Formats: sequence, structure tokens, C-alpha cells
Amino acid sequence: MVKEIERHGIPVVHMCTVVPISLTVGANRILPTVAIPYPLGNPALPPAEEKELRRGLVERALVALTTEVDGQTVFED
Amino acid sequence: MRIVHYINQFYAGLGGEEKADTKPEKRDGFVGPGMALNAALGGAGEIVGTVICGDSYFNENIEEVSKEVLEMIRSFSPDIVVVGPGFNAGRYGMACGAVAKIVDEELKIPVVGGLYEENPGLEIYKRHGYFVATGNNAATMRTAMPAMAAIVKKLIAGEAITEGYVEKGLRVNYFAKTRGSRRAVDMLLAKIKGEEFVTEYPMPVFDRVDPQPAIKDMSKARIALVSSGGPVPKGNPDRIESSSASKFGKYSLKDITDFTADNGETAHGGYDPVYANEDLDRVLPVDVIKELVAAGKIGSLHDFWYSTVGNGTSVANSKQFAKEIAEELQRDDVNCVILTST
Repeated sequence: MVKEIERHGIPVVHMCTVVPISLTVGANRILPTVAIPYPLGNPALPPAEEKELRRGLVERALVALTTEVDGQTVFED
Repeated sequence: MRIVHYINQFYAGLGGEEKADTKPEKRDGFVGPGMALNAALGGAGEIVGTVICGDSYFNENIEEVSKEVLEMIRSFSPDIVVVGPGFNAGRYGMACGAVAKIVDEELKIPVVGGLYEENPGLEIYKRHGYFVATGNNAATMRTAMPAMAAIVKKLIAGEAITEGYVEKGLRVNYFAKTRGSRRAVDMLLAKIKGEEFVTEYPMPVFDRVDPQPAIKDMSKARIALVSSGGPVPKGNPDRIESSSASKFGKYSLKDITDFTADNGETAHGGYDPVYANEDLDRVLPVDVIKELVAAGKIGSLHDFWYSTVGNGTSVANSKQFAKEIAEELQRDDVNCVILTST
């Protein structure tokens, strides 16, 4: 899906936990996330901290979208 | 011959998604589908041990868990390792493949497995084992296991394995009757005449899309949210299937600023839904996105989110969904997309 949307001229950032799969399907901007059942959260944290964690991940996704890449790029910490 | 079998928590009978975070463990003898394999071998070989790991636990810690599983496998002193079959289960396929890789590289003994042709684990790891092409679900166990057993038997008998598995993509040396230059010229002549010829070096096919240019100014950009993690309004109004989805959903974001246990859930049947059902922002970060839009850090948000479930869904369906979604996004002048996967 990432690839098909990007094929239509829209840049996509793929936020996912299993990065090797994302690389195989052909995502160009990849942002590794927390865990499979909760990519953008962590139920072990208090709600306010969990939201901060999520905000941090989304802000990094926005950075990925505003960064030029010339091939598949994993945006690590 | 001593065989060790790797399976996931489900086939070990430990449980489904609620047990997907099970850490690696080993048991003597066969467990679950190993019984059929052992029977099919008819005494030529024996499953001396089974190593089990939860699919989520494995995939969230691939490198460390691979090593841990390797040591458990090594402790049984095997001659052959069998993984799965994992059919079209994404995480299980990745785990089977990663086990094949580390066994191939560290123990240097043959690995036999079974995966569906579209399983990403097959594409990534096929060179590390003899993977039988199975059907896409466990209903095909009846044909998958005998096909895997046939390869194991040949390995035990010391026979060459030439068919019945997915090409590994490795080159094997052989003596040809004519020299390379002659064969190349023959191929060229055949091509010029428009005749059939078989290349000796097929080019790999990479279906890649060039990266789109970056967004210049996020505070002026229009963003959209898409997910293969199955986030849907509470009650799953379109009844999106829990696996092998035949459709995607389109849902309004107008009245949602924050997901709670009352307004959202996941339709996805391939991971433990407890956390997503409690707070769907963990899969689709609507709360944070809306705040960033309100704060002017993002220009605007497309009025709808799009959702399907990725597990077991065919590549053809996924492509079609994404094409329809992309066309809608283009009509609404969306500039960029966050796509989340579980």
C-alpha cells in the first residue's frame, strides 16, 4: 500500500515495528515504532507519558516527510 | 538423523494472540504439527526437540531472539532443522525465515520449511532453506507437511534436492558442453531471429517506486492517515474481515479528537487487540495529529482515515485498495501520508 500511494505522487512515511518487512515491500521513508500490538503507544506508561511518546514518534515522522531521500531510508533514533 | 522443529505459540497449543509475547522455550520430542512430520518420516529420522516462540516476541526482538533460539536448537545437536509451516502468517513467516538464516549461517546444517509465496519471510529468507510453497492458510497443512517431509527424507538419504521447493536464488556450478562465448552468441542469434531462448542469468525484478520529493513546509501541507492495522470505528461498521481483507474502510475524522474504548477498535485478527481496543491512538495517532494541526505545525488534515487489515491480505487486493485510496487523496489535494502498520 505504501508503494502504491507513493506511485501516485504522494510521499508516505511508513510507521511500523517490523522494519525488514517494510524494506521488502518497498517503503522509502520508514520510521520504526514501539511494538506490534501498539506501534504508537506503550500501555505500561502513564497516559500522559504515553501520549508524549506518541507525539515524539509522530514529530519524527513529520521530519521524515520533510527530508529528501534518494532511496529506502530508515529514520532511526 | 536428529531433527529439531521450530514452531510458534499457536501451533504449540499455548494460545493465540494473547500468548504472542511468549519467550522462547524448548521441549523434548515433537509438539503439535511435529507429530505428523515424525509419522511421515517413518523412522528414517526423528524429531528430538521442539523450540517454540511467540510471534510478536520474536519479531520485536529479531536479532536477540534468533540467537536465543539458535542456542536452544544447538542444545539438541540436530542434523536437520524444520521450521513451520507458516503459510501466509506474516510474523510466523518472518520467524521461520530468521531461524533458517541463523541455523544456515551458524550451524551450517540444512533447513526445511513451508511458506506461502506472498509471505514476506519467504522473499527475505528463501536462500537459507528449502522452503516448500504452501497454501495461504493452515487448511493446507495436509499437503504442506508431506511435501516438507519428502525433502527431509531426501536429505536423510543423501539425495540431491532439485525440486519441490522455492528457488533459493543461489548459483550451482556445473560443466557445460559448450563454452560461454559460444552460448552467448547462440542466444543472441536466437534473439535476433525472434526464437525462444533461456537466459543463464535472469535479472532480478525489483518493483520499486522512486521516493517522492520531501514536503517543503509541513505547516502548509495537507496530511492523511492510512493504516493496515485495522483501526475502525467501534463496532466495525463495514465488517472488515479480521484477515485476508476483501475491502478497506473510509471513516470521518470530523468528530474525533481522541480515541477511547467507546469510539474505536481494531478489526485486525493478527495481533492481540487489547491495547488497540483500549485506545486506538496507539495504532492511528489521531489525538496527536489533531493537536499538531491545531498548533499550526501541520497545515491541515484530510477529513477521513482509511483502514484495512494487512494480515493474509493478498498483494493484489492491497494494491487495488491503495490505488483507490490514492485517487481520493489526489482529489482532495493531500500532500503526504502517514501509514501505520502493526
